[in-house]
Amino acid sequence: MSALLAIDNLSKRFGGFVALDKISLSIPAGERLGLIGPNGSGKSTLVNCICGTLHNEQGSVEFDGRKLDGLDAHRRTHLGLARSFQLPRPFVSMNLADNIRIPLLYTVGARGIHLSQHLIEERCATLLREVGLEAKARHMPRDLTQVEMRKLELARAMAAEPKLLIADEAMAGLTHSEVEDILTLLVRLNDQGVTVILIEHIMSAVMSFSRRLVVLVSGKKIADGKPEDVMRDPEVERAYLGQ
Amino acid sequence: MIFSFDLLVNAIVSGILIGGFYAAVTSGVSLSFGILDIVNIAHPAFIILGSYVAYIANATFGIDPIIAAIIATPLFYVLGAVIYQVYYVAFEKRGQESLRGLAFFFGLLFITEVTLVLYFGVDYRYVDARYIGPTLHLGMIDVPLRILVPFLVSLLLIAVLQLILTRTFIGRAIMAVAQDQLALRLMAVDPVRIKRIAFGISIATASLAGAFLIIIQPVEPSVGREYIGRVFAICVLGGMGSLPGTVIAAMLLGIVESLTATFYGPSWAPAVSFGFLLLTLAVRPAGLLGR
Amino acid sequence: MRTPLFFLMWLGIAAVVFGLALSSGNDYVFFAGYVVLQYVVLSTAWNILGGYCGYVNFGSAAFFALGAYSTVAIYKFITENEFYRLPMPVLILIGGAVSGLVGFGMGYLTLRLRGAFFAIATLALAVVLQTLIVNWDFVGGSRGAYIVRPEEIAPIGPYIRYLFLCMLLLAVAAITIARLIEHSRLGYGFATIRDDELAAEAAGVPTLKLKLIATTISGALMGMAGAPFPYYIGYLQPASTFGLDYAVNSIAMPLIGGTTSWIGPLVGAILLGSLQQIATVTISSAVNLLIVGLLLVGFVIVAPNGIVGLVQTYLRRKPPEFVGRRHVETQSPETVP
Repeated sequence: MSALLAIDNLSKRFGGFVALDKISLSIPAGERLGLIGPNGSGKSTLVNCICGTLHNEQGSVEFDGRKLDGLDAHRRTHLGLARSFQLPRPFVSMNLADNIRIPLLYTVGARGIHLSQHLIEERCATLLREVGLEAKARHMPRDLTQVEMRKLELARAMAAEPKLLIADEAMAGLTHSEVEDILTLLVRLNDQGVTVILIEHIMSAVMSFSRRLVVLVSGKKIADGKPEDVMRDPEVERAYLGQ
Repeated sequence: MIFSFDLLVNAIVSGILIGGFYAAVTSGVSLSFGILDIVNIAHPAFIILGSYVAYIANATFGIDPIIAAIIATPLFYVLGAVIYQVYYVAFEKRGQESLRGLAFFFGLLFITEVTLVLYFGVDYRYVDARYIGPTLHLGMIDVPLRILVPFLVSLLLIAVLQLILTRTFIGRAIMAVAQDQLALRLMAVDPVRIKRIAFGISIATASLAGAFLIIIQPVEPSVGREYIGRVFAICVLGGMGSLPGTVIAAMLLGIVESLTATFYGPSWAPAVSFGFLLLTLAVRPAGLLGR
Repeated sequence: MRTPLFFLMWLGIAAVVFGLALSSGNDYVFFAGYVVLQYVVLSTAWNILGGYCGYVNFGSAAFFALGAYSTVAIYKFITENEFYRLPMPVLILIGGAVSGLVGFGMGYLTLRLRGAFFAIATLALAVVLQTLIVNWDFVGGSRGAYIVRPEEIAPIGPYIRYLFLCMLLLAVAAITIARLIEHSRLGYGFATIRDDELAAEAAGVPTLKLKLIATTISGALMGMAGAPFPYYIGYLQPASTFGLDYAVNSIAMPLIGGTTSWIGPLVGAILLGSLQQIATVTISSAVNLLIVGLLLVGFVIVAPNGIVGLVQTYLRRKPPEFVGRRHVETQSPETVP
């Protein structure tokens, strides 16, 4: 089974600090991958390297058969890689609908698909409805709560119609039922064929969603396998209990 | 182009001496831009203000310009603190510093310069002191005292600043605020107050730098503009906030400018500093002793 | 309102303005009006990169001067040798092309720099360009260059009226281009660059390409504003042509008028430009810059969204926002960027 995302010996340093140490990971299409690890273990750095926000010194990333090295972040998004930011980064000078409009105009539009004015409006509304924000479509991001901003982040990533979606701590601060809503959404996305990488601290969500679990500690991958097996791994126990 | 070893050596020495002065001029920007990330493009205007203060004291009371500048330092400090407070409330707090903060300082540059023009006119002003005039002759090297004295005091100023930044609590708090504001807060230190102090110190250095300037050359209000490029070029090349780096970069620039002026003519001089800046930004934004 | 209608409407307004100027019977109106219109173009041009994308260009003077000096170079090469005089619209286009090219080049070199560094780099470029021109004897170097302006041009009459008309049309073109950008996918892209470049890239916006487009258009328009200037002023001198005065005005006018739309620079240029013309005549030209500086600092602190922002807040009781552009569709990648 050829991988949708193949990471090979990826390393990233910040000056003397090694953030990622020879990470190798192979993710097939349709996977539901959970990525966990203590704070500062390198999860977001890994995401940034995959998506092109940061440049890795060593190693390579291949997506859908294409080498991503040197490609700008926006090109990676065009190829089908989407991510939400851990700290939400909405476009503050435009309302929610327009925030969703951007990936539609620039990513979906870049794939040669013609979207009429009407279709764009419709998709914006649909996406906002899926995350429960349709009532605030004409509001500005500054009017949103932290939780609503996270939902907007996710909706904006989804708007890019990705093949692989990386949800970076999209559920922090949500209530139990809100977490369920997001999980349902991600499962539905996965059913439609989108590969999902879930980065989370909420263990119940990670365990119920993931079919495969990867654990990152201090920039190294220390476990990769079925969730039940991984959680029984003594090294993983040490990493978490030792915190 | 007449090349002679004599000329070359003098050009280099001259460059080093001027470089020392440039370092003092840039030290304020190393603080405000290098450490605090505030693009105070008006700094050269405050230096010119310092020159005029020294001029007034010297012309009216006959005080030595450097002494006058030292006396004026607290006033400049207060000016800096006030400006920072306005900047903070109007821009930093609102997250608007990139466009509007920049425009704010640009406006201040103009207001300062034009006010000086309206008060003093565009005539060149100069000061009188015992060391302006005589020249030391060391073999083939000529060292005008009016450049040597500011050079020495400049190095002294930088040494004092470096001591403050590394040995005192306030100094280390200033270095810390550039890196981790949250940690400072947790130590019950108000980052805003620290930044205000730092910016105050930054403008205070302008008072002294201004005195040095008017000792070295006659001054009129628009002289500040040619220093904008120099100051930011040195700051970036010197590693954004590293004072030792600033000194090295300043001397480097001084030498290159001096050689260019000696062998190619002074009309190319402005391009040197600004060209330096572009080169640095393009090649190594982290500077020589980068952070 | 669709853009073609917008363009026609403003052409109509321009015709009225020209008619009013003619009826005043005083050629001074044309001299002063030319400067104000020039600032309309400069402010609008600056705002495309500064207001829409959030990248502050301190080197407006350089692009303006490049346009002026390309005219001088052509004049020295052709007209002085008594071949023939190139018509003004051609000169304008050439000036625009030169400045646009330099804008592209500058963008390519500097746009990877973070905001503040970009601004400083633009200042540096302006000075380097100025030094190059000052040392280029063909265009007069530091001594300056004389341009002999024709007395009259049929059927308009005094040459200044012709220059005024050219600048009037250029101003209409500038605000039309600005509005066209605002109502296109490009406008959305520019806004994301201003708001959060990292998120823009993640959303698929080709930020570097868009920024290059912005610098090129901005530079080209400034060059076009500068192209007729030698004919206006008769004697061109590098020190004043490259002066920071152009930089501060092209920044102050959009910031005072309002940076989020084409209206802001127009309002700012007309108000501030007229104010300066009056001040120069009644008080002195040094006070000019003081006024600009004070207004800039004042507005930037108190009314960050400019006059347009104040009006919007007053009318809608709501802070101004990125006005929803309704008529944007995606196009195939080969057409609109």
